[in-house]
Amino acid sequence: MSADSSAPDRIVIVGASLAGLSAAKTLRAEGYSGVLVLVGDEAHRPYDRPPLSKQVLRRDFGAETTLPQPADLDIVFRLGMAAARLDRTERAVILADGERLPYDRCLVATGTRARPWPNPAEAALDGVATLRTRDDSERLAQRLRDRPARVVLVGGGFISFEVASVCRELDIPVSVLVRDAVPLAGAVGAPLGGFMAEVARGAGVDLRLGASIARMEADPRGRLAALVLEDGGRIETDCLVVAIGAARNIAWLDGAALATDRNGLRCDRFCRALGADGLPAGGIFAAGDVAHWPNPHDGDALVAVEHWGNAVAQGRTAARNMLAPGPDAMVAHDHLADFWSQQFGLTIKLVGLTAGADSFAVVRGSMAERRFLAVFGKAGRTVAAASVDSARWLPAYRAAILQGAPFPPLIGGLDAPRRIETQVLEDAAR
Amino acid sequence: MSTLFERILDPANRADPYGLYAELRRQPICPQDDGTYVVGTHAEIDRLLHDPRISSDDLPDPQHFRWTGHPITDLIVRPVRAEIRKRHRPFIFRDPPDHEALRGRVMRAFSVARVRGMRAKTERLTRELIDKLAGKTRIDLVEEFSYPLPVTVICHLLGVPPEDEARFHGWATQLATALEPNQRGDEATQIKNEETFAEIADYIQDLVKAKRREPEDDILTDLAAGDDAERMNDYDLIATAVLLLVAGHETTVNLITNGMLTLLRFPEHLERLRREPEIAPRLIEELLRYEPPVHYRTRLALADIPIAGTTIPEGAPVVLLLASGNRDPSRFTDPDRFDPDRRDNCHLGFGGGLHYCVGAPLARIEAEIALVALSRRLREPRLLADPPPYRQGASLRGPSALPLAIAGVGEG
Repeated sequence: MSADSSAPDRIVIVGASLAGLSAAKTLRAEGYSGVLVLVGDEAHRPYDRPPLSKQVLRRDFGAETTLPQPADLDIVFRLGMAAARLDRTERAVILADGERLPYDRCLVATGTRARPWPNPAEAALDGVATLRTRDDSERLAQRLRDRPARVVLVGGGFISFEVASVCRELDIPVSVLVRDAVPLAGAVGAPLGGFMAEVARGAGVDLRLGASIARMEADPRGRLAALVLEDGGRIETDCLVVAIGAARNIAWLDGAALATDRNGLRCDRFCRALGADGLPAGGIFAAGDVAHWPNPHDGDALVAVEHWGNAVAQGRTAARNMLAPGPDAMVAHDHLADFWSQQFGLTIKLVGLTAGADSFAVVRGSMAERRFLAVFGKAGRTVAAASVDSARWLPAYRAAILQGAPFPPLIGGLDAPRRIETQVLEDAAR
Repeated sequence: MSTLFERILDPANRADPYGLYAELRRQPICPQDDGTYVVGTHAEIDRLLHDPRISSDDLPDPQHFRWTGHPITDLIVRPVRAEIRKRHRPFIFRDPPDHEALRGRVMRAFSVARVRGMRAKTERLTRELIDKLAGKTRIDLVEEFSYPLPVTVICHLLGVPPEDEARFHGWATQLATALEPNQRGDEATQIKNEETFAEIADYIQDLVKAKRREPEDDILTDLAAGDDAERMNDYDLIATAVLLLVAGHETTVNLITNGMLTLLRFPEHLERLRREPEIAPRLIEELLRYEPPVHYRTRLALADIPIAGTTIPEGAPVVLLLASGNRDPSRFTDPDRFDPDRRDNCHLGFGGGLHYCVGAPLARIEAEIALVALSRRLREPRLLADPPPYRQGASLRGPSALPLAIAGVGEG
């Protein structure tokens, strides 16, 4: 513990990410003047991801989405080089080329990668892609410019829907294959997922629910030619985007005796990484998509949040706590999850977490006019709120969630409907 | 013992209300003895600007007044005037859905191209006004510069003939009392407002007729155009035109005057602006934070609002003290320091939410051109009175005069 109570002068951030940059900025803003190393497996400085599935594909701008970085951060970059191992005893991060980076505080911000297609031979076909990085986005934008006869997306999440939306804007035929009965249900619940399914269909998306791929067909040059579905259907395409979720980048922590599993690196409310023994691992913190942390807004249930806002906030909290002389001076990470998406001409915003929600109600506007605000309840409390093209009053609902308001929250005033109908959510959890 | 908000309204505290604001911020939501809730912290102001339970439709009902005993006045003149005024409710005092339709029309008329197009005209006016100061050693910046510049610009944009500009001075000052809760409820002020409104409404009505006969490239022509279905009704048209004129008279004047006052208090920044005019945009954002032209806006709670550990009850008048939020140490580092290099300057100088200032882009352009030119051309400017005398208003707060000594006027 002695090493953790003295002020750090060597900090290594693993992950040239939004969370990593947020932490770096906070460290310097809080007066940290020691060595600051930022490790990234990609060749790029920390960049912004939200445009990669929207503006970059539409070619509104290029894939150069580097995040603004104050000139005086004085960061030592190790880019294009993955971290291979963590030596907790010697307190060093070991890179793939063998370089040892000693630390007295280390931030794990390695995030996630796109979950690959499970069949490696099919995943390797020319024309089968995932979308996570700048390079992925640049390649897909290039493909879209060549106007494929049909783009197929597999997966029923936001990436699928955003890419499908871009394809329709570019007037490229597009199919979306979703294994579940309703798309987007894991993130926004069945009623909102059902609404978005109608919106997508209205925009000309060939949306197939309860559909999965049995096998892929390739031409003799190893290029994707068609998909055969479980129901026997066949779709001709040379452009498939696999968007079946994310996997956490924790393999490099194997052997470090940290509490890792498929949900990420377990940490406490101060963003301190926990060891396999369940106790804080000296000097190691976690932030962003890779962190699995107790959510104070949900009775400390463990959660991993893959959103932009959380990456920024958690990077900041972790950085403050890395500089704290002891637990008494640390601040708890209590960010209320939020995210946004733009697709099919609509802006969707969500605050709170819908996992485990048991009820749903549209409280302003209506689905029919495609402008509404809806709330999610769990055991009688309001836990989340979503807006479609009507974010103006969302902050009032955010406050209601933070106050633990009963469901549905009775917020009258302007634009309010006369009557609120509550729906029961069956098995809304993913 | 007067309440904190009464002390804020007291003209004696106009020159430096910031100490009172700091006192007020000890509690995010401050109930006053008269049932008004004053909000002075950044987070809570921002919350309430985005709350559906907050209404902007809070003008007092003009129907209740005392009898004068004069039957024509009591039974005809005042009720008719009161009714006329009531029907002319400008969109800053309206709620959705009406507010959206009206504001949307104005936003379209206040187009980016049109506002940008004012740059050259503003530069020319600025040059001419400063040229006129040549040979003087003492000037009043308000009368000779800060007032005529934005007034000429807004009149030109709207399409008010230059020869009529002078008539608006008194009208605008009178009607701006609608933003001051301590003045607008008072009967004498209401009578005066009704009279003033009748005059200005007649004037605008005639102008609208002229624009419909002979359309020109100006905002009033745009607002008066359109077929019957989408056209604004005449009440809304007049109310909107009056609002834009009053706002154009009473706010940018303060921004320019407060700007020069602040730069003369911190001459190193005046000198820096002179040498590096490219810092102007950020400097003006800091001015909007540090000495904003509008200090507060009033609202009405439509329902109980639980916030910051208390509840604002339904029906309560709410005062959002924007200028206090701008000095909130929990939002801004070292908030009482004027720092033109400040980043992350999320000030409330133009309000926020649905009613965010429509004229913000124009105000920024005018302030930039004016302050850069003043910094380059006034030789050795010096304040002759600090603090300067202030005008009556606590919301639209600004000096009534800014007497300066200058050693001459340069070419710039």
